[in-house]
This record gives sequence, structure tokens and C-alpha cells, in this order.
Amino acid sequence: MISGTGAKGMDLSIAWRNLWRNPRRTLIILTAVVIGISSMVVLSALSRGMVDGMVDNAISNLVGHIRIQDPEYRVDPSIIRRISQPEQLISDVSRMLPSGTRIARRIKVDGMLSTSREHVGVVIVGINPEDEPGVSFIGRPVHSGRMISPGESNGLVMGQALLERIGAEVGRKVVLASQNSEWENVSRSFRIRGTYRAELAQTEKMYVFVSLPVLQEMLEVGNGVTEITVNLERGRSGDGDDMTGLVSELNAKIRGSGYVAEDWRQMLPSISAYLEMFNGYMLIWFVVVFIAMGFGIVNTMLMAVYERMREFGLQRAIGMRSSRIVRMVMAEILLLLLFGSLVANGCALFFINIVLASGIDLSVFTESTKMWGMSRIIMPSLSAWDLYAANGVVLVLGLLVGLYPALRAGRFTPVETMRHL
Amino acid sequence: MGDYLLAWRNIWRNSRRSILTILAIVFASGLLVFMLSFQFGAYEDMIDSSVRLSTGHVQVQAEGYQKRPEMHKVIENPSPLLEGIAGLEGVYAVTSRSETFALAAGAERSRGVMVSGVRAGVERRISSLPGQIREGRYLQDGDSDVAVIGALGAERLKIGVGDECTLIGQGRDGSVAATVVIIVGIFRTGIDEFDRSAIQIPFSDFDSVFSMEGSAHRLVIITENLADDRPVAAAVRMMPGVEGLVVLTWDELTPGLRQSIELDLIGGVIMYAILVIVVAFSILNTFFMAIFERTREFGVLMAIGTKPLRLVKIMLLESLAMTCVGLAAGMVLGVAATLFFSYYGISMGDSSELMAQYGLADRLYPRLSVMSILIGPAIISVVTFITALVPALKIVSMRPVAALRG
Repeated sequence: MISGTGAKGMDLSIAWRNLWRNPRRTLIILTAVVIGISSMVVLSALSRGMVDGMVDNAISNLVGHIRIQDPEYRVDPSIIRRISQPEQLISDVSRMLPSGTRIARRIKVDGMLSTSREHVGVVIVGINPEDEPGVSFIGRPVHSGRMISPGESNGLVMGQALLERIGAEVGRKVVLASQNSEWENVSRSFRIRGTYRAELAQTEKMYVFVSLPVLQEMLEVGNGVTEITVNLERGRSGDGDDMTGLVSELNAKIRGSGYVAEDWRQMLPSISAYLEMFNGYMLIWFVVVFIAMGFGIVNTMLMAVYERMREFGLQRAIGMRSSRIVRMVMAEILLLLLFGSLVANGCALFFINIVLASGIDLSVFTESTKMWGMSRIIMPSLSAWDLYAANGVVLVLGLLVGLYPALRAGRFTPVETMRHL
Repeated sequence: MGDYLLAWRNIWRNSRRSILTILAIVFASGLLVFMLSFQFGAYEDMIDSSVRLSTGHVQVQAEGYQKRPEMHKVIENPSPLLEGIAGLEGVYAVTSRSETFALAAGAERSRGVMVSGVRAGVERRISSLPGQIREGRYLQDGDSDVAVIGALGAERLKIGVGDECTLIGQGRDGSVAATVVIIVGIFRTGIDEFDRSAIQIPFSDFDSVFSMEGSAHRLVIITENLADDRPVAAAVRMMPGVEGLVVLTWDELTPGLRQSIELDLIGGVIMYAILVIVVAFSILNTFFMAIFERTREFGVLMAIGTKPLRLVKIMLLESLAMTCVGLAAGMVLGVAATLFFSYYGISMGDSSELMAQYGLADRLYPRLSVMSILIGPAIISVVTFITALVPALKIVSMRPVAALRG
């Protein structure tokens, strides 16, 4: 009597040998499986890298991971929707935040920028320049000139595109105008100290940066700010980061103050909706590629089964159950798929880590990347979900369609097979 | 003729295998027809919405206006040009627009806006904006001292239909320009930036308020078809009175749009290439098998004097016939699916808000074209031919005696 596990082990080793009875045929179908799976993994890593880049850029575009602000500010971003005593709020919440968290205070208001002959609408942002590195794009090195220094009374940094648009240069004077909380028009002159570059073309034309205390003085709001941005120290801001828990804790803490905390998914609903659908898009693509290889898998296994018709007939004649034959054919398909996915994942990892290690440079498409807020260099980003989904789709669906040749093999009767030859 | 019949009969010697092979080709070609129609449809929608909302297919501007739109860079006396362009072949409509930055003020609040002067009558024919009025009405010919404003801008200024709005800016001559307009309509395009900052007033009002003296900033041309853009642009360049002006097509006016389409197309091409390669390997085994199981038969045929090249031909005919049946069925299915969805549209679900920022509707409609029907099947037929050629050429190296032994 052969024990159960022993029989299974033997079945697997027989299946493995059967697989290589016709090496060319097996290699051809393996090639289809390997190209299929590795392309799924590589392409999903690239797409995810692209989407991650878009999300990161959107977050660093003055959004931040979590933001505390007046609940009305989102629909009415004006200075009357401000946080009057930010220090109190910050000291309340900072104890709840993990170490490495960066907090930035800002005022963001609509305004107008004028030179002697040009007027353009802008968003004036008051920042503490020392708080911004690691929180938003303005913390990165400037494109030309220099960053405003903390508290600098008349310094201003604008986007390179805006500088070109108004035909000014670093060192020139411009006037910023806005409205204070009494709806009176206020204005003040600034000198352009430097320019920045951003991923989105619109950003460069929209935001001008001045020092926070200066803007507070100009708008006569004391210590008031319109937002407190919290950036957590995380590897990536992809979908692994769920901040819902932290946000609701924060909201519970500051409930009495009348302000609310929101995470980036609430602040960027359209991007976050796209992210939700992204896994679905990937899955559809995986299934499509699988179908393409599925026809080949079924056909190849059918050939293999028909070739061995007499063998199966003989096995049945000496008393082997048809379920055992089905199992053995399924074992062959399983080994084929497993071996294929092993090689495919190896190829994909090699491709992602060696060939694409420095990313794909999309500089030729600058106008397009600037329109969508994509990064100019796409770094592949392999997620566990993509890896499991790609291999899972192929293994599960592969075994499913493999049932057809396997059941066919189980249905051969000794008499039927004898007739063939 | 006999060869053709032989090839056709050979296919059905193992009908199960042949049907699976044909199905793989049906799947790939049907999918490609549908996907390409879908992509081309989406591109056309994107271009169309951008062209209709802002740029037009072709524009005439003063030199340097595209890079730095300044008030004084104008087209003097545009009327003769307008008339000439309207008479050109391929031109659907042409209109003039002017625009400038101004401060808009409601009862308390004020903010910067882009004021455009437009000819309501023509805009109603060519612009998508009149259809996107959410409240009130669009401008009409003969209107004066009225304006339509974007929903987000109206919200920020706290003004609604019937309210007054003060516009303060600078005239073409540098003088202070100011006017009070009544809001008659509020539009929402879904493109936040536009809804936040755009405001339109009648062209004649713009002319008098901003001292334009009959000049305009842009002549916007809508062509009959997208493909007419370059011919029309070339024709306009040849017209008298265009000296010192520049003629730009939509892709020069919004280079980001053209590049996005190219980038998306490249991504699509990579995906389809992978799909076709996987299909090719999927069916390669069928072609190999078809030859190896008949080695003995070929041996007999060669022994009685059949030339190996004739056998190669029969084998290629066999795979060609399968490919053709597969492609035909795939194209029929692809076209049917495309027609179905071009009638009902495909919902983009939660992504639609993101798409709206770039002028795409929440339903996308695939569009059949000769290109979208033929490109995919053409590529598949080439690839399957190569796939069939590799095993078929094996016949040439067969020796009758060895083949007979099997």
C-alpha cells in the first residue's frame, strides 16, 4: 500500500517528467506564460510608479498628508476662515503625532500680482521657509536666485513660468494685493528673490511665496494662519498608508476648537477615486493577458493528452481510477504554471531592479507630464498586491481552464483508446 | 485550387485544436479593434473639448502673444481677415476674441479673473460653454453690460445671477478700465481652473471698456473636421493681411494635450505588442504540432515526388486560412462591441472627476474608424504569418526516407 503523501509525491515527479517528454512544446508554452506574467508584473510596477509619482506630487503641491483648517475654508478659501491661535492647536496635536512628523503653518489667499504693466491673479502663500523641506515642493532647492529667508520683510519667490509670463527677472519689484478680514484692499511691494520649478505647470503660474509673518502683518491677522499641514514620515504615500485612524483621533482631540483635520484622500477626492479604480484596471489587464495565454495552455495540454491516449487507456485497463488520471494531468498543469511563474517573476524582478533601476525618463514629454502632474522620471514601484494578483490570476484561471484537458483525459475508456491504432 | 482545398480540409482534421487557435486570434483581434476605437475615440473627445472650450482648431494671433499674452499685442482691424477665413474651404466657423486679466468685485469680495470678450452669436455655434450654463442664460447678440461667470468664481465672489459685478483692469492704451456688469448666467465646465477664473462679456463691451479700437487678441477657427487643421492653417498663412501675425494649430496651442496623447499611445502600443506576442506563442504550438504529427504523411508525399516548397505552401495556406477566419470573426465582434458602446458609452465611474479636469466627459464613447478596425488585425496577421513560417520551413529540411520512418 502506498501512503497518500507518497502517492502525491510520486504523481508530481511523474507529472514533471511528463512535462518534459516534448521539451519544445513545453518550452514554447512556457515562453507564453513567462512573457505574460513578467509583462504583467513589470507593467503594473511601472503604472503604479507613475500613479505613485502623481500622488506624491499632488501631496507635495501644498496639500500635505493631513491638514487642519476651518471646515468652511475648502469651499471659501478666504482669510476670514482662519485659525486664530495656531500655537495652542499645534501643541495640542503634536503630542499625538508620531516622531519624525513635520508641521508647517501657512496662509493661502487669493491675490493679485502686478508689475508696472502686467496684472495676474495668483494665490499668495505665506510660509516659514524652514518648515517646508520634506513637506512641500517649495522646500526643495530653488530654480534660480535664492529662497526667502525666515521673516524676510519684502522677499518673494514665484514659479519660473510666472516669471516668464510677466517678463520679469529676479531682483525686480512687484506688488501683491489682497483683501484683509474686513474686506479692505491691502497691498505691499515685494522683491523677487528667486524662482521655483514644479511638476504641474499650473502650480508655477499660481503660487507665489512670501514669509508668513509678513503676510500676517499685511492681512492684519496677528498670529492667524489658514492651515496647519502635517506630514508624516513614511516611506511612500501609496495606498499602504491608511491615515483614517490618526485623522479621527486628531478630530476627537480638536473637536472643541471648531476646526477639522482631513487626510489627503479627502482633500484630493479625484486622485483618490482614481487610485481606488487602479487595482481594478490592473486586474482587467491581467485577465486579458491570461486569456491570450489561456488558449495556448488548453491547446498544448490537449495535444499532450491526446498523444498519450493509449497510455491513459492502458492505465485505466489495469485499474487506475479516472480521478487519479485527472489529478495527474492537473499536476502537470500546476507544475507548468508554477515553473512559468517562478521564471517570470525572476525575469520581472531582474527587469525592474536592473534594467529599470534608474527609471524611465519622460523628459521628452515635459508638456504632458506638466499637464497631469506626473514626475518626469518614472520609477517602477512593485507592490505586493500586483505581484500576488498577477500570479494569482494566472494560477487560478490556469488551473480552471486546465480542467478541460484533464477531464478529457479522465474520460478516455480503454476500449475507445484501443480503437485509435 | 487543389492546394487550397487540401489546406482547408487539413484544418478540420483536428477541429478542436483549430477552433481553439482561431478563438485566440478572434480574441486578440476583437480586443484590439475595440481598444483602439476606444482610445481614438477618447483622444478625439479630449481634442474636441479642448478645441471647443478654448483654443479652436486654428488660431491667428499677434507675434509673441502665445508665449506672453499682453494687452497691446493685437490684431488690428480683424474684419477683412475674418471674412476671408470664413470663406475658406474646411472652415466651419471663425470668431474673434479678446481677453485680459482684471479684478472682479462683488459686494464685498474681489479677486482676479480672466475677462474674455466674445461674439455670442458665433460662440453659440462653436463653443461648448453655452451648453454648460447651470443657472441663468448664455450671452446673446445685442447684449450689453452683462456677463457670464464660472461657478467657482461666482462662489468665491459671493455673487449670483442678477447681481452686479465690477470689473477693473487696464485698457490697451494703459488707461484704467472699469465697468459694471450684471451676471446673467453661471457656467460649470468641470475644469476647476476655468470655472474659478473665467468670465465672458460681449465683444463690443470689451472693445469699448478696454479701449481696443476694433482690434482683437485671437481669431479662433473651428474647422469642419479635425484633419482640416493643417490645410486651413496653411491657407490662412497665404492670405493677405496675415503678415506679422502667427497662425497656430491646436497642438501648438496646447502642446501638453498632444504629448499626453502620444504618451498614452506609446503605453497602449507596448501593451498590445505584449498581448500579440503572448498570442503568437500560444498558437505556435498548434502550427508545430500540425507539422510533426504529419511527418510520415509528408514523407509519403515527398517520396511520390511532391516538392517540399509545395508542402510549405500548403502549410502556410492552412495557417493563413485559420488566421483569416479568426481575424474576420474578431473584427465582426470588435466592431459589434464598439458599436454597442459607442451608442451606450462607457462609464468611467469614480475616475470621472479626475477626467473632468481635462475636459473628458464621464462617459466615453469609442469611435470606429478605418484605422481602428484595420491596425490591430493587420499586425496580428503579420505576426501569425511569421509564427506559421518558422515551423513550416522545417519541412524543407525533411528527408523523405527519414520522414517515412516517422
